[in-house]
Amino acid sequence: MSERVTVEDVQRVAELAHLELAPEETGPMVRDLNAILDYVAELNELDTSNVLPLAQMSEVTGDGISALRADRVAPSLNRAVVMQQAPETDQAFFKVPKVIER
Amino acid sequence: MPNETITAESFNERPKALAALRAEIAAGRTKAADLAAQYYERIEKLNPRLNVYLSLTKERAFEQAARIDAMAAKGDPLPPLAGIPVGVKDVLVTQGAPSTAGSKILQGYRPPYDCTAVARLEAAGAVLLGKTNCDEFAMGSSNENSAYGPVRNPVDPERVPGGSSGGSAAAVAANLAVATLGTDTGGSIRQPASFCGVVGVLPTYGRVSRYGLIAFASSLDRIGPLAANVHDAATLLSVIAGHDPCDATSSTAPVPDFAAESDKPAAGLRIGVPAEYFAEGLDPEVRAAVEKGIAALEAAGCIIKPIALPHTKYAVPTYYLVATAEASANLARFDGVRYGYRSPNSSTLSGMYSHSRDEGFGAEVKRRIFLGTYALSAGYYDAYYLKAQQVRRLLAEEFLRAFAEVDAIVTPTSPFPAFKLGEKTGDPLAMYLADIYTVTASLAGICGVSVPCGATRTGLPVGMQVLARPMGESTAFRVARAVEAAGI
Repeated sequence: MSERVTVEDVQRVAELAHLELAPEETGPMVRDLNAILDYVAELNELDTSNVLPLAQMSEVTGDGISALRADRVAPSLNRAVVMQQAPETDQAFFKVPKVIER
Repeated sequence: MPNETITAESFNERPKALAALRAEIAAGRTKAADLAAQYYERIEKLNPRLNVYLSLTKERAFEQAARIDAMAAKGDPLPPLAGIPVGVKDVLVTQGAPSTAGSKILQGYRPPYDCTAVARLEAAGAVLLGKTNCDEFAMGSSNENSAYGPVRNPVDPERVPGGSSGGSAAAVAANLAVATLGTDTGGSIRQPASFCGVVGVLPTYGRVSRYGLIAFASSLDRIGPLAANVHDAATLLSVIAGHDPCDATSSTAPVPDFAAESDKPAAGLRIGVPAEYFAEGLDPEVRAAVEKGIAALEAAGCIIKPIALPHTKYAVPTYYLVATAEASANLARFDGVRYGYRSPNSSTLSGMYSHSRDEGFGAEVKRRIFLGTYALSAGYYDAYYLKAQQVRRLLAEEFLRAFAEVDAIVTPTSPFPAFKLGEKTGDPLAMYLADIYTVTASLAGICGVSVPCGATRTGLPVGMQVLARPMGESTAFRVARAVEAAGI
């Protein structure tokens, strides 16, 4: 198995994804990602230099609807109901730990 | 099939036909409220062992049942699903009722709105019994990734029900609901349907609104029905399908009466059989059962044609790049700010994000976020995500070319029948390979049905997958009905 992904890579990805990895989780994650990336390397057998990426499924399903709608004001969710689900709130805003150290 | 040889326990029981139940309710012979109560009684008895339901919505169910019974008493015309007890996968949000997506990070969450598909079921008279168990964020092929414990297969409780809609499939197989909704991103409706011996539908991408589906991979996610027979699954699809202004990708195509369409004979339809789905790795008993199904289609007047889909082997790697990349973006919303779990163990904002996510997500979800974030990160985007999207087009074009020559394509739904709990949990790649026959249709945006097609010698169900062109559900249902009618 090739070493496409290193411990440093996994640590960098953890930062990007806002995830933490305990030291004992790092080794297995490196191993799993290398196994999976080795497997997906099979795709390099295919010459795709003249193939456009497919991102919008409406291209395949032939559904020509416009994704744009009229920009009209419409009722949205009730703030009081939404705020009931917030871990911490003053009922108007979501509260979070401080962002800037003073 | 001698299911008694597997287990003495009587989990494996199919519900009555939907139309028959509805007729009983309409005639007043059965009260919707009594029917709901009977189902809750059975759930209370079997759920501790099977772990099919994560939460029950009793108040909501009995309110709806009372409404239906009042309508029936007055002789009012009843909607198509009047009084029919249903369950829905816990990735579909329900207003005021727990919606966990099988994850600890959403424990206690009470969404402020209803998923469109669920709202449409209830508007059509269905009685929502509760929310069904699933792999966390629909990521898994065995239901063993649920933060609330695995579901057991009603056919053999030592085996997995498949995933990720394992609870939805097991609910139908154990008669804990007449029909259910699941979601399918890479096979998550079709594979558990095949493992549990029920019918599961993958609608065309865009056929059913995704509004209120807790997103895994937005270009792949679909909501679809599971039921004990093709006619009932088709009935549910007609109810939930159709454009929804809340989902910009939902289709404006007209919605046929799929149940009526499924009644049309399959004779004369051209059925493609792709060699790539019958190659190495296919369990010989699954092969034999599906070959019987193909013979039954021929006997029913279908024209069987061998076809080639040579890009099939690239589908799993393509799927795991596209799906994880989209998942890594979709799951960024779980940050402990607006809803769901917030870690108490942090005094800074960025620490709060990462602690909440670390403590809230399970191992498979983290693995996929890692893979997806890596595939999208600077320096790797072209090599992985872009490459996968290019191969995705090749896969889709290959299917569309095939559908110029055949009306439907039939394959096994899964290379093997239901496996034992714990058998594949140690090897993520082996688990991903379980999806080999289902991820192709997911990537191509086409539709399909998994229909029961016999069993192994020990009584484990086998499913046949029937694929059809975009918006071709009617054709898939007709073919599935012919397989069902053959009673293999």
